[in-house]
Amino acid sequence: MTRIFDDKVDIDLTVNGEPVEARVPAGQHVIDFLRQDLGLTGAHASCEHGVCGACTVQVDGTSVRGCLMLAAQLDGADVWTIEGLSDSETIRDLQEAFIARNALQCGFCTPGMLVAAEELLALGGVPERAAIREHLSGNYCRCTGYEAIVDAIETVARQRAGKVQA
Amino acid sequence: MTVRFGNPDRPNSYIGKTVPRPNAGRLVEGRGRYVDDISLPRMVHVVFVRSQFAHAKILGIDAEEAKSVKGVLRIFTGTDLAEVCTPWVAVLEHLKGLKSPPEHPMAMDRSCWVGEPVAAVVATSRAAAEDGAVLVEVDYDPLPVVADMMTALDAATPVLHPEMGDNLAFQRLHEQGDVDSVFETAHKVVSANFKTARHTGVTLEPRSILVDWNPSEGQMTAYHATQAPHMMQTVLAEHLDVPESRVRVICGDVGGSYGIKVHVYPDEVATAAIAKIMARPVKFIADRLESFTTDIHARDHEIDAKIAVDAEGKILALDVDDWTAIGAYSVYPRTSAIEGNQVVNLCGGPYDFPNYRAKTTVVFQNKTPTCQYRAVGHPIAVAVTEGLVDMAAAELGMDPVEIRRRNMYADDTYPVTSPANMRFEGLSHHQSMDKLLELMDYDALRADQAEARGRGVHRGIGIASFIELTNPSPFMYGIGGARISAQDGCTVRMDPDGSIVAMSGVTEQGQGTEAMLSQIVAEGVGVLPSNVRVITGDTQVTPYGGGTWASRGAGIGGEAALRSARALRDSILEVAASMLQAVQASLDIRDGHVVDAETGAKRMPLEELGRIVYFRGDTLPKGLPRELVQTRHYITSEYPFAFTNGVQASYLEVDTETGIVTLLKHWCVEDCGRIINPQLVDEQIRGGIVQGLGGALFEEIHYDDDGQLLNGSMADYLVPMASEMPDMVVGHIETPTQESALGAKGAGEAGTAGAPAAVMNAINDALRPLGAQVTEMPFTPERILRALGVIEE
Repeated sequence: MTRIFDDKVDIDLTVNGEPVEARVPAGQHVIDFLRQDLGLTGAHASCEHGVCGACTVQVDGTSVRGCLMLAAQLDGADVWTIEGLSDSETIRDLQEAFIARNALQCGFCTPGMLVAAEELLALGGVPERAAIREHLSGNYCRCTGYEAIVDAIETVARQRAGKVQA
Repeated sequence: MTVRFGNPDRPNSYIGKTVPRPNAGRLVEGRGRYVDDISLPRMVHVVFVRSQFAHAKILGIDAEEAKSVKGVLRIFTGTDLAEVCTPWVAVLEHLKGLKSPPEHPMAMDRSCWVGEPVAAVVATSRAAAEDGAVLVEVDYDPLPVVADMMTALDAATPVLHPEMGDNLAFQRLHEQGDVDSVFETAHKVVSANFKTARHTGVTLEPRSILVDWNPSEGQMTAYHATQAPHMMQTVLAEHLDVPESRVRVICGDVGGSYGIKVHVYPDEVATAAIAKIMARPVKFIADRLESFTTDIHARDHEIDAKIAVDAEGKILALDVDDWTAIGAYSVYPRTSAIEGNQVVNLCGGPYDFPNYRAKTTVVFQNKTPTCQYRAVGHPIAVAVTEGLVDMAAAELGMDPVEIRRRNMYADDTYPVTSPANMRFEGLSHHQSMDKLLELMDYDALRADQAEARGRGVHRGIGIASFIELTNPSPFMYGIGGARISAQDGCTVRMDPDGSIVAMSGVTEQGQGTEAMLSQIVAEGVGVLPSNVRVITGDTQVTPYGGGTWASRGAGIGGEAALRSARALRDSILEVAASMLQAVQASLDIRDGHVVDAETGAKRMPLEELGRIVYFRGDTLPKGLPRELVQTRHYITSEYPFAFTNGVQASYLEVDTETGIVTLLKHWCVEDCGRIINPQLVDEQIRGGIVQGLGGALFEEIHYDDDGQLLNGSMADYLVPMASEMPDMVVGHIETPTQESALGAKGAGEAGTAGAPAAVMNAINDALRPLGAQVTEMPFTPERILRALGVIEE
């Protein structure tokens, strides 16, 4: 049997600041690689075609759907998941605001929601509520009705803007 | 055993305060533990081959090629599993006439809906199992399909289950007063046809179960995303022939449930059966297509209804003819007749009127089974009732608020029995309406609407009053023979350092059960909420209980927690009185210290009491009871259900050129009795509203005439996303139930119950000057444009 394609791919990357080398099936998605091979179960698989945002992680500074990207594409990438963002305290203020405002219920969407929110907050300034809602429009939450999430993000944006000015 | 709720400055006053959820911290850090996060040694994965036909004879299953896939271990058919698992029949004795055939965990020789499991492929990885599943050849012989609800009982329609005689699963007619003669003579009669679309819950975490069978101990352990672990324990024990004491159901973090995860699913029982055969852990996680085709559906109703009013707007009679189609089987063990039954029970709910007739007709069809989903029956009953009330008001030229005020039960009239024979202990329709109008500034909103109309912008205000059924007694399921517990229990213990552990039979799916319980136990014992560790979702550890459904967690689980906490307090104080040579009644526990009740002076930390009881029991009097662990169970007994009430309002704009509805704002005032944690209640209301808004504007499962599900993805079945949802204002009236010391009723479903009707009424308020009206949900741009005559057939 002639093999036209390799069905395994070697990748060398950084995940949450730690070096990772792996040999992954060519068809494996990023979310399955992170969850099954690296034990990073914080991000979740849900709709499996990029609609719900539960699998959102950071790849090279941009939020990415873990179900739409192949692990084989991660060679050389800098990946951050909710575990790394928590350990590094990068989004501590956002996490605290989510807890204080009860901006999560079942918590299944929350890791992806936080990565999406941080992407918006990293742009700086205090976005309008409509802009926050628009930015979250690819992250499905069935529990909260979104308002508490918008409140929490708005609060953090204000806090961060205040700190910048001070 | 009283708590002085009237005094906000009472000691340990945690009930009624916003206290952070103890489990939120781990969830924001991605440290949650959902079923799919768990891996066990020797674990295998099961993937189901599912029927592609809505109705077909299964002539044969050829698994040879699938077995050749690397990693595939075994393939099972329905007959294989029938050897270890008995079938079930989902009926309830009190729903007279309800019938349904026996159902197996996998189809035996016939499949009855698209998605029904036909074969199971077990492999060392999910990917290998999926590769194997596509190679399983099933030889189907298609049979005639029953797809349409309204013709299901016609003579020309084939009978889905011939042994049942016809396609009628259940029918109930309730009649009070002289409906027909009132309709003949009434000042005004308004009628309408309503449709509520087929929905599903779309839990972000798909259905998930991991079952381990250890034959050497005869022990089954199921890690399960469920709302009712003890019910599942009982079901697995009964159908897989294991003693209940040897079935442990562990329910960790659950990624959304909303009623979806309170039912017995064939593929989940099949997973347990396979684990028992293979004697190793088997994991099943539904994928998204499976979620759409096999999670229960709900709300597929068509209703003809009419209302009779007099010239003053008093409701004289209501007549409701409800039809629903429930798929191929009644769902075990709650049955699929409850939703239709609820429509009969709930229509006209807020109103004091004499003549009522309601009939529900529940039929079989070759589609995914329907069953109880958040606010069971309520959104349908509220839409029918409130839709008709608004139409009657329009006919009379009366304001929609005014017609409601003239008909709602007076706040001082309770207890009262409704024309549907529902007993209301105490409701607050008028106070709630007053508060709603104040919050929304009704008059200003009407002025804004008129101003917009002047600019050619069509805005509408919609009001919907409602009642909500909470805290169910055994009258809901138990009296019908279902082993579904209406009682619940809590065990509270003090550890040596004075910290408290509470183990409850109600479960957490994100609504804040553990926070609510920690507050109640903290107040009941006299410690800080942060010193209470709450354990839920483990049948081997927690007292037997019903779990979390029908808005019962706070009202029933909370009362059990309060009683057990107060009992532990008494036990502690008995020991303390002995140690301190004091009269027990003169002591209290505050912030983890035994204190003098009169002065609050600290007498002894609980830590010291724990040290003596656990390590120096020799120093205590010989006969002194020293059980620092107490269990109490609670069941309601005065009323079959604790009804709550509320009223919602929607303000929206309809674009008459595109048919698009923009939600501007939403209000809800509700009365769930004693509020334990204001923030958690508000967020339950908000989340519930948005679930209702989804039903009003977006959500609809589509099937074709062959029973094929057409929109099985999240790109095709639309759910509410952040950008389309409004901000919501939530207010409360508190009418505690007198049945319990806590006084709490449920709050989990009120938002969903009233939101669709409020939106429908708001859209029709906007369209009325244009002569258009919509009554078929969801109110898509297409339906609105058809109503406006912009699109024609």
